[in-house]
Amino acid sequence: MRERDDDLSQCVEECEIAVTVNGNRHEHTVPVRLLLSDFLRHELHLTGTHVGCEQGVCGCCTVLFNGEAVRACLMFAVQADGMAITTIEGMAGVNSELHPIQQAFREKHGLQCGFCTPGIIMSVHAMLHEHPDPTEEEIRHELSGNLCRCTGYQNIVEAVKLAAERLRLQHMEVE
Amino acid sequence: MATRWFGAPVQRLEDPRLLRGRGNYVDDIDLPEMLHAAVLRSTQARARIVSIDASAAWSLPGVHLVLTAQDLGEVLEPSPLLVPHAALTQPRTQLPLARDTVRYVGEAVALVVADDRYIAEDALDLIDVEYESFPVVHSLEVASITDGPLVHDDVPGNVAAHLAQTVGDPDSVFASAPHVLHETLLIDRGAAMPMECRGIVARWDAQDSMLTCWISTQGPLPIRNGLAAIFHLPEHKVRVVAPDVGGGFGTKIMMFYPEEVLIPFVAMQLGRPVKWIEDRREHFISANQERSQLHEVEYAFDDAGILLAVRDTFLHDTGAYAPYGIIVPIITACTLPGPYRLRHYSSEFTVLYTNKVPVSPYRGAGRPQAVFVMERIMDRIASELHLDRLEVRARNFISPGEFPWDVGLVYQDGGPTKYDSGDYLAGLDKLKVLLDYDTFPALQAQARSEGRYLGIGVGAYVEGTGIGPYEGALVRVESDGRVFVSTGVTTQGQAHITTFAQIVADQLGIAPDDVMVSTGDTQAFNWGVGTYASRAATVAGSAIHIAAVKVREKAKMVAADLFEAAPEDIELADGKVFVRDAPHRALTLGQVAISSNPLRYAYGENARTLMSMKLAGPRPGPALPEERGGPGLEASGFYSPPHGSFASGIHGAIIEVDPVTCNVTFVKYAAVHDCGRVINPMVVEGQVHGGVAQGIGGAFFERLVYDEEGQIINASFMDYLLPTAAEVPSLLVDHVETPSPLNPLGVKGAGEAGVIPVPALFASAIDNALAPFGIRIREMPLHPSRLYELLRDAKDKPAL
Ligand code: FES
Ligand code: FES
Repeated sequence: MRERDDDLSQCVEECEIAVTVNGNRHEHTVPVRLLLSDFLRHELHLTGTHVGCEQGVCGCCTVLFNGEAVRACLMFAVQADGMAITTIEGMAGVNSELHPIQQAFREKHGLQCGFCTPGIIMSVHAMLHEHPDPTEEEIRHELSGNLCRCTGYQNIVEAVKLAAERLRLQHMEVE
Repeated sequence: MATRWFGAPVQRLEDPRLLRGRGNYVDDIDLPEMLHAAVLRSTQARARIVSIDASAAWSLPGVHLVLTAQDLGEVLEPSPLLVPHAALTQPRTQLPLARDTVRYVGEAVALVVADDRYIAEDALDLIDVEYESFPVVHSLEVASITDGPLVHDDVPGNVAAHLAQTVGDPDSVFASAPHVLHETLLIDRGAAMPMECRGIVARWDAQDSMLTCWISTQGPLPIRNGLAAIFHLPEHKVRVVAPDVGGGFGTKIMMFYPEEVLIPFVAMQLGRPVKWIEDRREHFISANQERSQLHEVEYAFDDAGILLAVRDTFLHDTGAYAPYGIIVPIITACTLPGPYRLRHYSSEFTVLYTNKVPVSPYRGAGRPQAVFVMERIMDRIASELHLDRLEVRARNFISPGEFPWDVGLVYQDGGPTKYDSGDYLAGLDKLKVLLDYDTFPALQAQARSEGRYLGIGVGAYVEGTGIGPYEGALVRVESDGRVFVSTGVTTQGQAHITTFAQIVADQLGIAPDDVMVSTGDTQAFNWGVGTYASRAATVAGSAIHIAAVKVREKAKMVAADLFEAAPEDIELADGKVFVRDAPHRALTLGQVAISSNPLRYAYGENARTLMSMKLAGPRPGPALPEERGGPGLEASGFYSPPHGSFASGIHGAIIEVDPVTCNVTFVKYAAVHDCGRVINPMVVEGQVHGGVAQGIGGAFFERLVYDEEGQIINASFMDYLLPTAAEVPSLLVDHVETPSPLNPLGVKGAGEAGVIPVPALFASAIDNALAPFGIRIREMPLHPSRLYELLRDAKDKPAL
């Protein structure tokens, strides 16, 4: 993926990076200490990735990093050099239909203030990729890395079940 | 007319935006030329500031401004006291920046504005503050020591307020009562912890002399009014917007947080937009907290378990300042009688300053404490008399025929504590069914024979909601037939955009999708107070209803003129305004809106169609007849309740306690809830779910631990544990609906309810589970390690 042969050890204050976010390639010069979450939010203006703690606990900042759920507040932007990232904005366009996970959250009232929601949806996306047919206990265990202060999780769990079912059906239809 | 949308589980209109990550929270706002602020906070809980040296910070490249108290000029004023009370004899509120004394760890001492937040934080490290520290008032015990350390030198005994209220004649009842008992009960500190911390963006437009602030707040209108006064600006030149707010739970109804004054101040000074976003560490030490109370309660009852009298005396910890007056302890005092027929009650509380983060309402606002006390009493009566715990409650309940029930106390809004309606027994019966209450003893016995400790607990409460003073709304039909609604309350996840749309949709015969609700923008609606005390749906909802009814009547009047029919014969449905029994004589709501606005020019499809229709021509006389009361289909409505309405509920849970690890797990949790008529059951259940989860946190892990230096030693999400999906059970929820007679919708508030009874029922269930060891819970929250200590010290301790 990486085409340039930058030597990271030579970077002191700033570094050039090339990151693919939601399918678009971005080349930026960033301070080495810039958090990935701040890079996404304030350099790329993808403000759907939220920041609730910067301590790696709340999960609001969860994005997909080469397909895996990671906490953008625990990484530096420079670590994303050459990588592919998916944020909540990559799940459904402004006018396109909601992704089945998003749709399930709406139907099951899986969000209130919506602050935790993008991070939870990204985590769920990764979870269902790994375990397309999770039990309730597995769902609750997997979700325990994301805090939500509004919903009490019950409707989130219901939403994940519904999304899992629909995604399984979709896959079956594809196959 | 028949309602269609009211009561339906309408899907939320706010969701599509939020689900796509297209919300607009304060930190999502990036303005050209914007600078970033960071706050230097006191590291000491009680100290004199000897000196501040900011020279190194000033010389850091990228720093634009370093502010300390002396730079604030006339803005260096204590924040206004929000709710004065005669009993609050020593009110103290905070300065935007500490002048010479700091009173809690986290108090704002200096502010830096820089090119970005990273540089601003670098600069904070370069500010050198020399403190002279003094002994710290780190607990209620220390606060009440005679001649002990003082939080405010001029407040003797740290006593901010003292209030006593009496109903009936408790003293003589105690003198002759068959049984009298006493308990000491403690509820410790916790915090709201919304997932979005606080934040502000302020922009000063010098050309227009206009200050605009986006604040993550629950009360933009009062902040607007305050900022206008502080900066000597006309109110219409200050716009405060609460954009999407990532949870509030009371902590964001506080004003003025220092930053709410400082950020507009620096934006005006520098002539550039300035953003400040609180980080989580700051939130732990500078956003208001709640809950600490120490109760000494005495109660008298008879052989049948009837509660005869209660004498409650408590200490309330208000932290270093009392910005919200004594609202929280007043609510506690008034909530304590609960659903019970208590005729002899005396309540006395003392509010003490401590060197801790200031206290203002957090979801529940004094109620979880009160319910903990009363429900501990009910459980104790049951155990003393060997009666069933629900039976004791049922015997003491106020019965449906006794409403309105006047508790006899003055409530937080200065009005009576008068229950408008309720049916507590109906709730209890539903709870029994949900819990399968009668079969529990067998289940428990079976488990115990296997060495497992199951317990069942209950908690009943009455919640004052929907208090005044008032709220208002504007409802206006636009030319395309969609309806714009604006109100002064804000929304932080409670689905007001949807529920308010439902209210309007019913009156105007349209779908909620066609209603566009604006909340929390002072430029969209000028009047109101804010979202707190479970009052938005009740008070603002009623105002919106009243405005929508006016618009409906006006639409009928205008259409009647056009169709040469009687207004009574006009109906509104499916987006149409038509003559009853002659549905071909119909206009769209948008067309009626256009007709109601006599213009020379009209645009759009609706206007063209209207022109081509053969309708009654203009009547003689003015184009805008007097009785129309102005152009357009537009009306404002205001609603001011006579007094608060009282929601109620009863929750129960079956738990399992592991006597070795002292971990507690929920086997079953049931909640029965009465918030009057329900606008949207999906939303109300969501509120209950979320409230219960917060209650579980507050009953179990969520204790803010201050050490003797006044430092919070668990000020991070690693140490202050919010419940996760793994700890919170699925709830069984049922409703009782006793409509409120106080407002046109019959609703009562639902926002805080879930959280209120949880500590009480948690204690009840643990007592029950660990009955073989004679455990009686007298404190909350109860971390497993604390339960372990209690079990270790128990008389009949388990063989571990
Ligand atoms: S902001 Fe990244 S985990 Fe909380
Ligand atoms: S919806 Fe508000 S934090 Fe989850």
